[in-house]
Amino acid sequence: MTKSLLRNAVYACATLSLMALPALAADPFGTAAPKRQSKGTIIVGSANFPESQLIATIYAKALKSAGVPVETHMNIGSREVYIPALIDGSIDLLPEYSGSMLTYLDKNATASSPTDVATALKAALPKGVSILTPSAAQDADTVTVTQATATKYHLASIADLKPVAGDLVSGGAPEWQTREEGAVGLTRIYGVTFKSFKPLDEAGPLTLSALVNGQVQAADVYSTDPSMAADHLVALSDPKSLFPAQNVVPIIATAKVNPIVIKTLNAVSAALTTDDLIKMNVALGNHESFNEVAKDWLKAHNIK
Amino acid sequence: MISWITNPQHWTGSDAIPLLIGQHLAYSAVALAIAVLIGFPIGLYVGHTRRGVVMVAGTANALRALPSLGLIVLLVILFGPVFASDLAFLIPCVIVLVLLAVPPIMTNTYAGIAAVDPAAVDAARGMGYSSLGVLLHVELPCALPLIFSGLRSATLQVISTATIAAYVSLGGLGRLIIDGLAQRDYFEMVAGAVLVGALTLVVDLLIALASRFTLSRGLMR
Repeated sequence: MTKSLLRNAVYACATLSLMALPALAADPFGTAAPKRQSKGTIIVGSANFPESQLIATIYAKALKSAGVPVETHMNIGSREVYIPALIDGSIDLLPEYSGSMLTYLDKNATASSPTDVATALKAALPKGVSILTPSAAQDADTVTVTQATATKYHLASIADLKPVAGDLVSGGAPEWQTREEGAVGLTRIYGVTFKSFKPLDEAGPLTLSALVNGQVQAADVYSTDPSMAADHLVALSDPKSLFPAQNVVPIIATAKVNPIVIKTLNAVSAALTTDDLIKMNVALGNHESFNEVAKDWLKAHNIK
Repeated sequence: MISWITNPQHWTGSDAIPLLIGQHLAYSAVALAIAVLIGFPIGLYVGHTRRGVVMVAGTANALRALPSLGLIVLLVILFGPVFASDLAFLIPCVIVLVLLAVPPIMTNTYAGIAAVDPAAVDAARGMGYSSLGVLLHVELPCALPLIFSGLRSATLQVISTATIAAYVSLGGLGRLIIDGLAQRDYFEMVAGAVLVGALTLVVDLLIALASRFTLSRGLMR
């Protein structure tokens, strides 16, 4: 009895260690041994979507030309993967979106305006991680209409929708109907209630097709979507900050912060605008490479 | 889940359960009617004349391989510029369901006709039946069991797949599943899934009963 227990235990240990071996080998960050690189080198990472990789490429190139040794580790994954990697030292620097990052760190966060979000984010950051000055560029939810609709009803801000929303159909992801940052908040904060709502996808092809072709007149679209330029869409301004600000902000291992890094990344953040992101997303959509698009932008803004 | 379904709030308004069931059945019925109009005559023709067997089998198999969800999104984007109204969502939805329902109806009709005892057909010819007479009075009645089973499997597939209408902003019971998922209301999701299952079973039972009353007694033995 005891013998068989012991034997089972040995088997179990052997199996576990066998299972653990490939897992360790497959872990790109080597959880067992954090490896802060030689002192000055900054490892730039990015999330697994094009815009994040593009901004990370811009950071890396700007730092490189400022004389900072840089390594890149692009396309890592979701926040759930890359934030732990940032904390354990596998990567040092990432572009982030202030509002989403704040919600990731604090599920109950209520800050909404750019400054409030930045302040709350600073307070919520884990130890050893800092943010630099946020850029004005945002990739946020917006209430978006076509240029034709904007002209017809004289729309510039969400508030302008109030008298005409009863004639318009809105569209977006199904959760828009019941979310504060959606139909609920539009009514509560702006007094805007649309004639009806069409549940489509999350600022994806269905929503854009319905908006451009007139099945809906207003839709939730991300502010840096390439269609903003390609299909002449107008993102209505959000003066009462219904949607949490999503400013692009460098998030960095505190140990790697130094005056040159601050100066370089602040220059990038100061020059970057939402319109730039739209244009660069259009270029990426036309199969231009990250390197090319990043290089062109840096050149145009004279950041060396 | 049960309490979600029995909650009176869910029986009124724009997302009332009876309304969603009605929409669900309407999409399904329109699609099935069109599918019968297309699949049934082709099946009869091919079964009777034995012409185009390879083409029917090939087409049916190709149609079965189409991914409904991908197709409906593609069609909505293609039809978007054509119709400014909700037709841009309705027509793609019906097309997808029709494409789903045609293969079982068409192939079962064909197979049913083709499997009729040749002796019966020869006897009918010998008694002076015209070609159409043979088809309508001998082949069709004998093929009915298989035709009904094709209609049944088409109906089941269409009712369960009509949930994707909700993915492109339309109604139907898929609304509960998709909204429930998006709003993390898992009771709503499960309620939607259970209602679709129940609806499918009820309709299946009705078709089974209908086939019982229309089939020739001789075939049931």
